[in-house]
Amino acid sequence: MATDAAAIRAMFGTIATDVEANKDELCRLDGVIGDADHGIAMSLGFAAARDAAAALPDDAEPTAILNAAAKAFLNAVGASCGPLYATALMRAGAAVKGKTTLEDADVVAMVAAMAAGIRDRGKAELGNKTMYDAWAPAAQAATDAAAAGLAQAMQAAEDAARKGAEATKDMVASKGRAERLGERARGHVDPGAASAVVVIEAMRRALA
Amino acid sequence: MQSKKILNEGGDAVDEMLDGILAAHPQHLARADGSARAIVARNGPRPGKVGLVIGGGSGHEPTFVGFVGRGLADAAAIGNVFASPPPDPVLACTQAANGGAGVLYMYGNYAGDVMNFDMAAEMAAMDDIEVRTVRTTDDVASAPRGRRETRRGVAGNFFIFKAAGAACDRMLSLDEVERIARKANDRTFTMGVALAPCSLPQTRRPNFDIGGDEMEIGMGIHGEPGIARGPLKPANAIVDEMLDAILAEMAAAQGDRVAVLVNGLGSTPLMELYIMNRRVRQRLDAAGLAVHATWVGNWCTSLEMAGASVTCMHLDEELTTMLDHPCDCAMFRAG
Repeated sequence: MATDAAAIRAMFGTIATDVEANKDELCRLDGVIGDADHGIAMSLGFAAARDAAAALPDDAEPTAILNAAAKAFLNAVGASCGPLYATALMRAGAAVKGKTTLEDADVVAMVAAMAAGIRDRGKAELGNKTMYDAWAPAAQAATDAAAAGLAQAMQAAEDAARKGAEATKDMVASKGRAERLGERARGHVDPGAASAVVVIEAMRRALA
Repeated sequence: MQSKKILNEGGDAVDEMLDGILAAHPQHLARADGSARAIVARNGPRPGKVGLVIGGGSGHEPTFVGFVGRGLADAAAIGNVFASPPPDPVLACTQAANGGAGVLYMYGNYAGDVMNFDMAAEMAAMDDIEVRTVRTTDDVASAPRGRRETRRGVAGNFFIFKAAGAACDRMLSLDEVERIARKANDRTFTMGVALAPCSLPQTRRPNFDIGGDEMEIGMGIHGEPGIARGPLKPANAIVDEMLDAILAEMAAAQGDRVAVLVNGLGSTPLMELYIMNRRVRQRLDAAGLAVHATWVGNWCTSLEMAGASVTCMHLDEELTTMLDHPCDCAMFRAG
């Protein structure tokens, strides 16, 4: 099944709705080890991304939609998730540049590009207790399962993201504000990893 | 239960606050062209002067916007509550503050601020504006001494920005301004304590839980957990714990001069801050240090959080000159 520009637009609608529904829980998670605003920032960011995507003309290509969403997310939010998701979305746009419809492999490439963008912008490594601990295994799982079709690849990504987020419980943060917590961060899921699961699950539901 | 706040819509809080600030201080402040969240000093930027751009999340007022004015910061980029501003308002501030001699960015060392200001600096470079960055790291509780560069910036911003703003106003070069800003940061030490949480305008729920008889030493200005939680102690004991840490790091010699800031986080009354300052002075006297100047008040707040911090800046002749240099900002005047 090919993914067209309308599907990308709809994907931002799904992500925005799901993040909004999880906003309070994400703020609660962030309150334990951060400053309790992660749900607000994610909700504002994806609402702005959804609106920017919807405002483009019908013939806009996927890359243009992803870039507009990136810029809107960044300017609505700032914070740390602004640069991280803006970079992720711009990299996704670059990964599918020039295409009007995306094959299954293109969607998987998009997910992988998002994870790489988050890694590069945040200078994060696996095990730092950040959103990258959900995004990296998700991208890897999607890539590994790509041959089985998009539905399987995206389901594998979601499952891996969930497992990755769960594993942040046992990590001590070495990036971001939770870094200063030391051992006290142990036992709590990283809010950025938790919101990554929401985003990846929404992408699966919208695209696969 | 949601906390009680005087708000219209929580999501409009930052922009409505800025409208109110601009209405109160038209002689000091204006919005930069094309950005609602870029606030510029009316009499600050001028040709040949290094521009000083500060910024960060809202909710810390009078930090950051209150320190915009002649002799201090030329512009402040304003983020959402406790969230870094995005690159666009930082870039708008940069363009407004640019007098052709370069621009210095100064902000607290938080992951979000670092990414957004760095992106703005890359954009400014494309406009041929030379940008340097000095991140403040005065919170001694936020990382061990050996990892000073990972510490966060808190109330000590007040002294560090002041020193850098004075250096800019004295028409020093970008190299010199940067050197003085780094020295000011290296010689400024803050330690805080939190007694009760604050709540964000959009959630109106406490941003952390703490027992009715507890305090948390070293808590950050966004409610980031600190280094130790324990029973609430008397004021002198709290100050002693702070000063023990600050004096150990400052390593000042007998007769050296310091500037003192006793800062309220939002809902701790001046009465308690002055009680703290009494003990601060006793401790500094006992250590043989001379207090050059003291500020007591709400300078770097965390919405309505209860608690306070103590900051000492270890002065030398140059930093004393910078601290005494006049400035005229919307919410702070000196000299």
